[in-house]
Amino acid sequence: MYKYDQYDQAMVDARVAEFRDQAQRRIDGKLTEDQFKPLRLMNGLYLQLHAYMLRVAVPYGTLNSTQMHVLADIADKYDRGYGHFTTRQNIQYNWIKLEDAGDILADLAKVEMHAIQTSGNCIRNISSDHFAGAAQDELVDPRPYAELLRQWSSFHPEFMYLPRKFKIAVIASDTDRAAMRLHDIGIQIVKNADGEIGASFYVGGGMGRTPMIAPNIRDFVPLDQLITYSEACLRVYNRYGRRDNKYKARIKILVHELGAEEYTRQVEEEFAHLLEQGIEPPIAELERIKPFFADPAFEDGTKTVDRSDPDFALWVDRNTHRHKHDSYVSAVVSLKPVGGIPGDATAEQMHLMADLAKEYSFDELRVMHTQNIVLPHVKIADLHALWTKLEAAGLGTPNLDQIGDIIACPGLDYCSLANARSIPLAQKISERFKANGKEDTLGELKLKISGCINACGHHHAGHIGILGVDKKGVENYQLSLGGSEAEDTALGKITGRGFDEDGVIEAVETVTDVYLAQKEDGERFLDTYNRIGMAPFKEALYD
Amino acid sequence: MIILTGNDLKSGAVVWWDGAEWSLHIESAVDVGDEAEAIMAREESARRVNVPYSVEATLTDGIARPNHIKDRVRGLGPTVRPDLTLKPDNPAAIEEIV
Repeated sequence: MYKYDQYDQAMVDARVAEFRDQAQRRIDGKLTEDQFKPLRLMNGLYLQLHAYMLRVAVPYGTLNSTQMHVLADIADKYDRGYGHFTTRQNIQYNWIKLEDAGDILADLAKVEMHAIQTSGNCIRNISSDHFAGAAQDELVDPRPYAELLRQWSSFHPEFMYLPRKFKIAVIASDTDRAAMRLHDIGIQIVKNADGEIGASFYVGGGMGRTPMIAPNIRDFVPLDQLITYSEACLRVYNRYGRRDNKYKARIKILVHELGAEEYTRQVEEEFAHLLEQGIEPPIAELERIKPFFADPAFEDGTKTVDRSDPDFALWVDRNTHRHKHDSYVSAVVSLKPVGGIPGDATAEQMHLMADLAKEYSFDELRVMHTQNIVLPHVKIADLHALWTKLEAAGLGTPNLDQIGDIIACPGLDYCSLANARSIPLAQKISERFKANGKEDTLGELKLKISGCINACGHHHAGHIGILGVDKKGVENYQLSLGGSEAEDTALGKITGRGFDEDGVIEAVETVTDVYLAQKEDGERFLDTYNRIGMAPFKEALYD
Repeated sequence: MIILTGNDLKSGAVVWWDGAEWSLHIESAVDVGDEAEAIMAREESARRVNVPYSVEATLTDGIARPNHIKDRVRGLGPTVRPDLTLKPDNPAAIEEIV
């Protein structure tokens, strides 16, 4: 994985010193909260429902065991013994003290981590495929391109005060595991008819209160123009994106209101202008980055799994992913135990995952946007030993992409923006479907819960989505069906009037019963929904 | 009734105005009537509280109960982590606020 050079480290160290001073000036009363707020947000420090919350960047979700150990140590030393992995492949801590923030950032900097640009109206952490560099179906490893974009977007002087926050995802396979088209810019690394590698740009997607699927604005940008084209996309947005209304300030609104064709025309015009300026970093920089992501020393070994233990076999079937080397798989560590809090991990669990990565996965871990952890390169021969240790630590739940593998935002239990609680719903739904045995009959079913319209829980993209709303001070939940954040990207449609907490859990079961009654051979929930439409589900829910 | 809440500047902990100072316990919150703005301005400028705001509440069994669930959750702690609330030994406290 990428290692900081002296410039990276100097920048991060300087920022630690700067923020330590800013925090102290706030404590000393030399800065008001209004003055301090934009400074702390630039460093990932929010003031949430119960305390300060610190969001730490995990670039494209990749980290090593040393970094994971430090994340665990921070949970222990400065927080309350746990952290929460997020839908942006980051981690956040819920109980941070302002007076500790400088020390925490200093601890992070020692292992090449930071919280810079994890908040604010700037380019956020670049996300990517959590199986990058391991997946059998990828064209190339997308992370060198994500890293180049990270370097370009970090402290970019022109893009630190955009109209609104800006999120970029980079993938390199036709299978989309990063919700690429639901980003401000989604980039797919592709090969053209001449066999050249380049980038296909999708711009203007997003979730939130106005969900949109990004249109493709250019199907091939040569790699030696990747940054220039990205700069052009941002420049047009920075120039014309609305700043008068934060609810209409994301690039998706600009692209929608201009129309994709006109937005593209303006980008191309800016792109032509920028090409003359010669802003593209030399291709040598990309070539310098690539070796950091070189394959580890894979060894040939057994290619078959001993399935004599049925619990282990089930976990293998559900929680492992095909690797490009046939003696390896990528193993998913579920952070969704039945009745648990999605994405939460204790310090002990983080230490264990770090140790297991060191022992079984070439020292690498990945954070999934679905709030689980990946050990990307595990020998098939080591799988049973790995699973045994995960099971013993409560990390072996075999539920990847099942109804219990729920994305849930922190909701009203932690978030000051939320209107309703998300986590209790996730807990009760996973418990209910485990208890009634239906989880094992439903197959792939992606359920996502957001506690407000900002959609951090990706509810628009859930096969089943739940949105918490405030109904005169009482929690209420809207149900939607048919969303997807995979390559068949789709936005869910609301079923009808909302439900109270017990009612929406009942409604989820009603909806799954319709699916079980109507599904045809091999159909996932989403396939059945797409075939039969909303009507049978509405009828079951409301008639 | 109107009660006041905010966060402690250094720790970020949720605090409530008890008539003389800021308390960690919502049970100490008092009705400030029409003094809310004056108290908040004075306390914030003295850095004894961060980002204060007023909350509508109803006196229930002698204790201020915020009318909105968000402030009731602030007053207790995350409902999904009883061990991290201010009343870890009283699981019923969560049912009372939701």
